[in-house]
Amino acid sequence: MRFRVLKDKVAGGVMFSLTALSLLLVVVMGAGLYMKSAPIFDEHGLGELLFSSSWKPMRGEFGFLPFIAGTIWVTVIAVVIAVPISLLTAVFLVEYARPVTRKYVFPALDILAALPSVIYGVWGTLLIVPFISDWLAPRFVDFSTGYTMLAAGIVLGVMILPLLVSLFIEIITSVPGELREASISLGATRWQTTKSVVIRDVRPGLAAAVVLAVSRALGETIAVLMVCGNLPEIPRSLFSACYPIPALIANNYGEMLSLPSYEAALMFAALILFVVVLLFNLISRVILYRVEKNVA
Amino acid sequence: MKHLFPAISLPFEGRRPATAGKVIPLFRPDHKFERGEGESELVVENLNVHIKQQHILKEINLTIPDKKITCVIGPSGCGKSTLLKTFNRLVDSVEGVRVSGRVLLNGEDIVGSGGMEIINLRRKMGLISQKPCPLPMSIFDNVAYGCRVHGIRNWRKLRMIVRHYLEAAGLWEEVKERLNTPATRLSIGQQQRLCLARSLAVEPHFILADEATSALDPISSKTIEELFIKLKQHYSIVMVTHTLRQALRVADHVIFMYLGQVIETGPAEQVFNHPADKLTQKYLSGSFS
Repeated sequence: MRFRVLKDKVAGGVMFSLTALSLLLVVVMGAGLYMKSAPIFDEHGLGELLFSSSWKPMRGEFGFLPFIAGTIWVTVIAVVIAVPISLLTAVFLVEYARPVTRKYVFPALDILAALPSVIYGVWGTLLIVPFISDWLAPRFVDFSTGYTMLAAGIVLGVMILPLLVSLFIEIITSVPGELREASISLGATRWQTTKSVVIRDVRPGLAAAVVLAVSRALGETIAVLMVCGNLPEIPRSLFSACYPIPALIANNYGEMLSLPSYEAALMFAALILFVVVLLFNLISRVILYRVEKNVA
Repeated sequence: MKHLFPAISLPFEGRRPATAGKVIPLFRPDHKFERGEGESELVVENLNVHIKQQHILKEINLTIPDKKITCVIGPSGCGKSTLLKTFNRLVDSVEGVRVSGRVLLNGEDIVGSGGMEIINLRRKMGLISQKPCPLPMSIFDNVAYGCRVHGIRNWRKLRMIVRHYLEAAGLWEEVKERLNTPATRLSIGQQQRLCLARSLAVEPHFILADEATSALDPISSKTIEELFIKLKQHYSIVMVTHTLRQALRVADHVIFMYLGQVIETGPAEQVFNHPADKLTQKYLSGSFS
């Protein structure tokens, strides 16, 4: 008799500590990254690290601006490509498509989301890169290898597409049917209803979904690394190479051990990424929290 | 042209427009929603509605009289709401629905219509739902929404229309100071009157009220009832109601439905005082509900 009560208490305690442990992991990771990157602050100021564009590790110059710019640009391109497509897809599936269509499209989206990112990378190298270097770039610039910011943006855009679609679908489905009926019974078409009532009703939710997708896109490494060109320069156009932060870390982690400040610099890059992704996640949570409060 | 209120004083601040005090036709001849003169008549012939395997409406035959309040009464699940939704083709959005038979609006069959015809039909059939459902926008935009959807962009005209119909729904005095606040901040009774104003703003011929007062407090529902009685000079009103007492108060014409069939229909006096059918008698005496 006593034993089952004891077991219950132990089980509760164990589960609580496991949960606490995984939460603690975030803190530990952040602290670890900070401690590892601390040596770089002795040599350079934070402003210099963030806003200098000179990256010469052998001479001890660590300007992260090219990487930060590369990360931001690639993410922006990806979002600009993915958001309209996924929004229209989600609207089609929720508002227009017949249930049969939905039944077949939803699993397909799940498969897209589950593909390993290296496959997207290969696809980008085989299809997008030649497309840009042979067909698109010659129309705008003299020469491009195809390994460009645009290629990275497109591949990344395609990668966040399934995530965005499924988030958008969830959000749009949450609009009560009565709202649609009210609009339609005034003589509005489905498109008018979608545009002025449905989308309008869930704008904050959609924004939160985009922020969440951005934080996913910021951290994507392999696929982007394979097509982005990896040149530590501030990208000048869509057709120049770029070098986002995750690619920097992944490319150099093995060879950095000889230079202590190089290691610190890479850890600092990881710290930037960590903080930014954390922030974006937080922002999306706050928006969603507000939305839920409004609904209630 | 018919007007609820012959003279509209325009809501322009400061300068009084030259037209103030005169009788202003609410809708100019170029207005899209010119209401046809004369009667609007709705006749239902052999209407059958199936949803998936279920036979929801069975061989419905009835006539909705012009400029009267017609109450549809009957126990829950007898198909009252489906009947209303067939009138404005909202039933189309239900999965697996099949409609056969004819519903004639001024002689035109609406069951087989499509595209632009449906849009016009829905404009002519103002639907008030059970739960007030303000659109996620300001009070002004809620009333103007229908007009905007049908292509009226002129701001002056919109203002005129919004004021006119908010007055018609008895809401103007309560909201004129806060037309730009979200409609969801209104009380639930006010919301329902807003929905009424919104439906009226596209100049319907019919008002279809699906238990429009059941979610409201007694005072608000009384206000709505009184509005309906006032509005029936200009509109034909079809009301689905659960409360017999309400039907007694407002109905000119009564349709009693049971399990998807029309059991009895006729002038209110006749149905309430001398019901011909046994089932109607039982229902009215409260044996089932």
